[in-house]
Amino acid sequence: MKTIFERGAAGRRAFVAPPTEVPETPLAELIPEAARRRTPPRLPQVSEPEIVRHYVNLSKRNFDLDSGFYPLGSCTMKHNPRLHERVAALPGNAKLHPLQEPEASQGALELMWNLGEALAEIAGLPHVSLQPSAGSHGELAGLLLTRAYHEERGERRPKVLTPDTAHGTNPATVTMAGYEVVKVGTSAEGGVDLDDLRAKADAEVACLMLTNPNTLGLFDPNIEEIAAIVHGAGATLYYDGANLNAVMGVTRPGDMGFDIVHFNLHKTFTQPHGGGGPGSGPIAVSERIRPYLMNPRIRRREDGTFDLDPEGYEKSIGRLRGYQGNYGTFVRAYAYICSLGGDGLAEASETAVLNANYLKARLAEVAGERLPAAYERICGHEFCLSGAPMKRALGIATLDLAKRLLDHGYHPPTVYFPLLVEEALLFEPTETETKETLDAFVAAIAAILAEAEEDPEIARTAPHTTPVRRLDEAGAARRPVIRQLLEEDQ
Amino acid sequence: MTDPSYPAELLYHPAHDWARVEGEAATFGITWFAQDAVGEVVFFAPPAVGTRLRKDESYAEIESVKAVSEVVAPLSGEVIEVNAAAEAEPEIINADPYGAGWMVKVRLDDPAEAEGLLAVAAYREMLGDA
Repeated sequence: MKTIFERGAAGRRAFVAPPTEVPETPLAELIPEAARRRTPPRLPQVSEPEIVRHYVNLSKRNFDLDSGFYPLGSCTMKHNPRLHERVAALPGNAKLHPLQEPEASQGALELMWNLGEALAEIAGLPHVSLQPSAGSHGELAGLLLTRAYHEERGERRPKVLTPDTAHGTNPATVTMAGYEVVKVGTSAEGGVDLDDLRAKADAEVACLMLTNPNTLGLFDPNIEEIAAIVHGAGATLYYDGANLNAVMGVTRPGDMGFDIVHFNLHKTFTQPHGGGGPGSGPIAVSERIRPYLMNPRIRRREDGTFDLDPEGYEKSIGRLRGYQGNYGTFVRAYAYICSLGGDGLAEASETAVLNANYLKARLAEVAGERLPAAYERICGHEFCLSGAPMKRALGIATLDLAKRLLDHGYHPPTVYFPLLVEEALLFEPTETETKETLDAFVAAIAAILAEAEEDPEIARTAPHTTPVRRLDEAGAARRPVIRQLLEEDQ
Repeated sequence: MTDPSYPAELLYHPAHDWARVEGEAATFGITWFAQDAVGEVVFFAPPAVGTRLRKDESYAEIESVKAVSEVVAPLSGEVIEVNAAAEAEPEIINADPYGAGWMVKVRLDDPAEAEGLLAVAAYREMLGDA
């Protein structure tokens, strides 16, 4: 497909503005000679239909949640209700300027205040900051808050514990925050190895970062004991909220003993995500972490109006970004919470877990021998299968199965994660899929396995129906071509 | 990809590494099983010459299209040479894991430490491949 630069013709325009009635200032008075470019910039010169067709055709080559089932584990690709888009597009939301005075943006501040209150209730932790703009940003906030907490107590703790099942962002955040990663093992049941945790939780440890249910989709029943061990060592307990969709409204991280929680508003609370976001990773914290939270703080004044208090938290770690956060995601999340209510959020979680267990059971029926569960337990949120027996018996790897699913019109599950499961496949159907969709997906997997019994080459060379076929991922990583030359430059 | 192979003259570590011991020195690399499990290697980050390696601990990283993995030292010692060719063209780790795809040469702290490694039969048994 051509790029937008290769379309159109010299001098073609999509829009011609009428002549201005305002006197023009000569360019020379505005920009000094030395700073002016000598040749005009090379911009696409295209008509409006060319622009529209180019981008519509490009979008059709993409796979998206609005086109089909997208069971990408740990990503919570749930349906995005159109109501949320309507509300977010209201001029008072969409056209709000981040520098608008608080007096002129009372509605937005009230929405953010209310969202903070709702998130505090869901987390079971009283104090919220909406600033972080992604889950990983929330993680960074959590570790900076942890450091501030320990520094005030005169403690220097260089290490942070993460389980070997952790999302990759956890160890990355630890390194970025200047801590050293120490991995904690996984027990035979798929939870935290308590003996390993006890051995490693010492006075050098600042924090344990934990996802519960974890990336194997398993809820850790030892969570209270884990919290006791971590707190006993003087460390904080951090909740990675990536899998909150399994527990919201059912149980609360604060009640499990966590000190800091991040929410992925773009996962749990519906938002279009992937492909650049924007995301949103607000955090909720316990009383002892509160003094260090990011400023400014949204304040409700006695007369019921709102403003931003630049010194709302007395020992604040400061700002983590410009302005107040990705506001559009707040609107959608708040619309979701208001639409469903407390009972509705709990029901969404229960249905998500039910769908995951139904899909797991159906896949065990048709593919239990080739794709066994990594851990045979009732799952929460998502579940992990191993493609290792399939690879040995049929000669097709997890990657081949994933690629062949594209030909059936499905986005593949997450592959090769968590790392400790050989040939891993991680499925998260979410609550918004119907039984018919899940059944059709199971049938597609069964068909791919049956086909591979006859001719594994079909899966090995898949996909066969997509705009681009099997990509040379190794070649792309080893010898990346990151700049496309235009024909005239070649 | 090549067919599975586990040369008889090498010693094996359960983390899927091999050592070729020659007197006071040894060459390290990863086994056929390891390169097959990680998939096509796209990046190899060796340690610097002079680095002290400790048995059972990570000394290098390999990145494949699937994941970043740590490479574990089968024995303790000091790095005296690294395979610059594997750094420049990491695909040779897949193509020839026991030959051109070696990773480091090490002056061993204690050659007797090699007695704790597995012979080929024991390693293959561990793989369920005997």
